[in-house]
Amino acid sequence: MDATPFLTLSALLFTIGAVGVLVRRNAIVVFMCVELMLNATNLALVTFARVHGQLDGQVAAFFVMVVAAAEVVVGLAIIVSIFRARRSISVDDASLLKY
Amino acid sequence: MNYPSVHLAAEPSLDAFGTDNGWVIALKALLVFVFLVVFTLFNIWFERRVVARMQHRIGPNVNGPFGLLQSLADGVKLALKEDIIPKSADKVVYVVAPALSVIPAFIAWAVIPLGPVVTIPFTDIRTPLQLTDLPVGVLYILAVTSIGVYGIVLAGWSSGSTYALLGSLRSSAQVISYEVAMGLSFVTVFMYAGTMSMSGIVEAQAQNVWFILPLLPSFVIYAISMVGETNRAPFDLAEAEGELVGGFHTEYSSLKFALFFLAEYINLVTVSALAATLFLGGWRAPYPLSLWDGANEGYWPVLWFVGKCLAFIFFFIWLRGTLPRMRYDQFMKLGWKVLIPVSLVWIFGVSIVRVIQNEGGVDQQTLLIIAGVIVALLLASAFIPEKKPADEPAEPAGDFDAFAGGYPVPPMPGQRLPDPVVTVPADASQDQPRSDARDLDAPTNEEQSRG
Amino acid sequence: MTPELVVFWLLSVLTVASAVMVVSTPHVVHAALWLVVTLGAVAGCFLVLTAEFVAWVQVLIYVGAVVVLLLFALMLTRSPASTTGATSRNRPVAAFAGFSTFGVLAVVLTSGFRGIVLDLDSQPDQLGGAAPPERIGDTRSVGEAIFTHWVLAFEVLSVILLAALIGAIVVSGRVRDRDRQEAAAGGGS
Repeated sequence: MDATPFLTLSALLFTIGAVGVLVRRNAIVVFMCVELMLNATNLALVTFARVHGQLDGQVAAFFVMVVAAAEVVVGLAIIVSIFRARRSISVDDASLLKY
Repeated sequence: MNYPSVHLAAEPSLDAFGTDNGWVIALKALLVFVFLVVFTLFNIWFERRVVARMQHRIGPNVNGPFGLLQSLADGVKLALKEDIIPKSADKVVYVVAPALSVIPAFIAWAVIPLGPVVTIPFTDIRTPLQLTDLPVGVLYILAVTSIGVYGIVLAGWSSGSTYALLGSLRSSAQVISYEVAMGLSFVTVFMYAGTMSMSGIVEAQAQNVWFILPLLPSFVIYAISMVGETNRAPFDLAEAEGELVGGFHTEYSSLKFALFFLAEYINLVTVSALAATLFLGGWRAPYPLSLWDGANEGYWPVLWFVGKCLAFIFFFIWLRGTLPRMRYDQFMKLGWKVLIPVSLVWIFGVSIVRVIQNEGGVDQQTLLIIAGVIVALLLASAFIPEKKPADEPAEPAGDFDAFAGGYPVPPMPGQRLPDPVVTVPADASQDQPRSDARDLDAPTNEEQSRG
Repeated sequence: MTPELVVFWLLSVLTVASAVMVVSTPHVVHAALWLVVTLGAVAGCFLVLTAEFVAWVQVLIYVGAVVVLLLFALMLTRSPASTTGATSRNRPVAAFAGFSTFGVLAVVLTSGFRGIVLDLDSQPDQLGGAAPPERIGDTRSVGEAIFTHWVLAFEVLSVILLAALIGAIVVSGRVRDRDRQEAAAGGGS
């Protein structure tokens, strides 16, 4: 089986995620799109691991997941606190540094 | 007790799987399904009977022998009820949620070992009494059961009802917190077994002792967190009927409600089976029975396994019959501030012991002595009187505002309840002189909060 | 067509379709659900690539924890603005960025990896030339890799997790204090 379908899928997923980050306004949906992009890179990393017959790619994918979990925890805390401050989670509204 | 490090000659090892032909797989899957459904019917009856006994009642005893067919009758009755979809519900999600809850409950059983390699009657085919096994079997179960929480979360959200939403919010926080403790309690088992496959863990316990003995703290943590994970009393905050009507399934009726019920009872059996497999030797016979050579062969182990599961289910029912529901903040505190730190410290200790054992530096006796000293110290520290936290400075006893922050609140210590306002019928109020001008003239707090 | 290829094509169609739904659906909770489907399909792709451990960790972490957290946050932050879709101002930019990203990635990846065949059946060499005990991607081999070659990264990661934990507590805790002050200043609003 060829490696290119996996990599193309990964590129496609990354693109969809990137477009989502650019067009969506809801901060949590933006977050989801970032997760899509991270998943796309994970897919590429695991494919590379398989291509080379080595585990490094899988380990990197595993690390990416852990970092993503950390990022979601902090990000959601920030989003919820922004929501508490100004009753909106639209990223367009969050254009001021204070309050 | 000498635990071999990793490589264990597992009797139904991973090689035994993946060799079945199609109809054997289908048969096993069907049997697991039938077993779970029948066992659920039995468990509902069992729970009702046991709780009844605990409350000096008799329980269902009319339908069938000992009332055994009661759950079946209830199921048929449920199925014949009207199926209601609330107007404000998100229809697709509302319909999908029960299925999302019940399907993971079933497929988690794909890797649970019910017995050794047996011969199927009337054929020569030998197959393990386990649908399949994975090198990451326990991880698979954790992953699949964590999908089950979607059923609850989405059911509560899609109902479009406040009670249901509150129930699902509670449930999602609860399951996430207790899953951490649950996963951590498994880590020591993996360290001792050297594998994550269910059959491998059973085999590792056959070679040594049941893991409940060396890993008792893990078992205790698991036993607590499994109650939290399955939303059972005293941790049934997601469907606390005293507070939230029915919690996440308030709006559900008929077969959809039955599916939630089924999922809850299957999850009950799943965590019991997991506990039996990881800590109580799986399908292996318990001590006095294990002296009999044939105890671990043929179809007998299924009996031992079901017996162990039933013991756990009895434990669940016992808890439900005994303990009141915990308050939500206490429950979260227990999870995050007790179970998780304790299991982290315990994992740390176990890994030190494992390293010492693997390196062969210290012999068993010294280790036991050290462990004994630590346990004695811990016990001693439990008797040191705890320093009482200084009393919080009492809030300035101002006027009591019954709607502080927009919610109806009880008075704080030091605050005095206002004198009850004499309510006067609307038509009569014109005639009567105002008894308390202040109360009626000033806009009440309720009006303020609405404005 | 080998069975793996069939499975892969089904999974990739599912992945792309659900990812598009995540981005395009106006309803945020539905977006979260489609995200679950996407993540599950990607986990399936990992299984096709015989990365068993990573696949189940993906289901456990992403599906079991991350998206539940997202749903939790969605329920906490229910606002009338939650159903608004894309910002039209951004659309041309987004389209341009999307096309160029995909163009660059596709060209680089396909030209760089053309003709490389994934051998999904045989057992490739373990890293470092060690004896290949089991299939690549199971718990044992991943664990060995993490705790030998990648142990420093692993430790750094645990510090990151700790920092994230503390950060989340600090961020949400401080706001609660401020809310209380506001409530005290403004009264019941």
